[in-house]
Amino acid sequence: MASTKAARIGEEVWKTRVDKVNAELVTLTYGTIVAQLCKDYDSDYVEVNKQLDKMGYNIGMRLIEDFLAKSNTGRCANFRETAEMISKVGFKIFLNITPTVTNWTSDNKQFSLIFEENPLVDFVELPDDGRAQDELWYSSILCGILRGALEMVQIQIEAHFISDVLRGNDSTEMRVSLIRYIDDEMPADDE
Amino acid sequence: MLDTDKAQNPRVVFALIIINKAGGLIYQRDFHEGLTKLSVNDYLILAGTFHGIHAITARLMPRPLAPPPPQKPTGIEVLESDAFRLQCFQTLTGTKFLLFTEPHQTNADVVLRRVYELYADYVMKNPFYQSEMPIRCEAFDRHLGSYVKSRQ
Repeated sequence: MASTKAARIGEEVWKTRVDKVNAELVTLTYGTIVAQLCKDYDSDYVEVNKQLDKMGYNIGMRLIEDFLAKSNTGRCANFRETAEMISKVGFKIFLNITPTVTNWTSDNKQFSLIFEENPLVDFVELPDDGRAQDELWYSSILCGILRGALEMVQIQIEAHFISDVLRGNDSTEMRVSLIRYIDDEMPADDE
Repeated sequence: MLDTDKAQNPRVVFALIIINKAGGLIYQRDFHEGLTKLSVNDYLILAGTFHGIHAITARLMPRPLAPPPPQKPTGIEVLESDAFRLQCFQTLTGTKFLLFTEPHQTNADVVLRRVYELYADYVMKNPFYQSEMPIRCEAFDRHLGSYVKSRQ
C-alpha cells in the first residue's frame, strides 16, 4: 500500500515538477569526477570510494530539502515506508529510476536496493589494472547521498554497494542498514 | 472575480523569518510597511523564544490517546493578534519558516510551501551556502520578492 502511494507521488512529481537535463551530461560529468579522483589519489580506490561517499553526503544534506519541498510528504511511519520513498520517489524524481527494494532482514532494519538500471554507469568500463574491479565502487556517491539526506530527517543509516555489474556481477546491489533514529522524540515503534 | 476577491481580502504578507534547527535566526525580511520594525536583537529573541515554545508545545497532547496519532504532534502552528497572524511551517529537517500576515489572510500555508521550494532551490542548492548559517543569497531575495509581490 505504501508502495503504490509512493509510486504515485514519484510519478506525479517527476512529470510535473522536475526540470530535466540531458542524461549524458550527468553520466559524463560524474565519470569525469570519478576519473579525476582516481588520478588525484593515485588509483587508491579505497580512498576514491571514501571521497565519493563524502561528496554524496554533502549533496544529500542539501538535496533532502528539494525532495521534501517537491514531494510534499510527511514523515514515514517506519523504515519500510522510508525504503519505498527512497526508491519510488527519491530515485524516481532525481534519476528517473526505481531500484527494487528487497532482501529485508527479519528485524526490518536492513534492505537492499537492486539497480536494474543506473544512469551513472552508461559507457563506463573500469580500468583493467587488476585492482579497480575488486576495489572501486564506482557509484559510491549514491550511498553518501542517501546517508546525508536521511541524516537530515533524523535517520542514521549506513549504506554500501555489495555488487556491481561494472565488476562483472550479475546485478548492482546496495545494502542499506538502519543504525538509529537520531532524535529521542522520534516514534519508538520503528518496525 | 479574482480582482474583487483581492480588493475585499487584501493579501498582505508583512514579513518572513527563517529559524535554523538550533533556534537561530538565519533570515529576516519585511515585505510591507504594515508592521512596525523590531530591532535585530528583538528578532533574534523572537526566533529563539518561538523555537523553544514550539519544542515544548510539540510535546503537548491529550493524554488518553487511542489510537495513537499517525504523525507526531507538530507544535504551535499559528499565533494571532489584532494586528497580525503568524503562521509557522516546520520542515522535516527542523528548519522553521514563520510568515507574518494580515490577520485575515488565507492560504498562508500555500505561501509557505512555495517559500520552502524557493529556499530548497536558491539557498540549499547554492554550493557556497553553508547549512545553518545566515542566508545571504541574492537570487533567493530576488525570487522571494517577486513571488510575494505577485500575490498582493
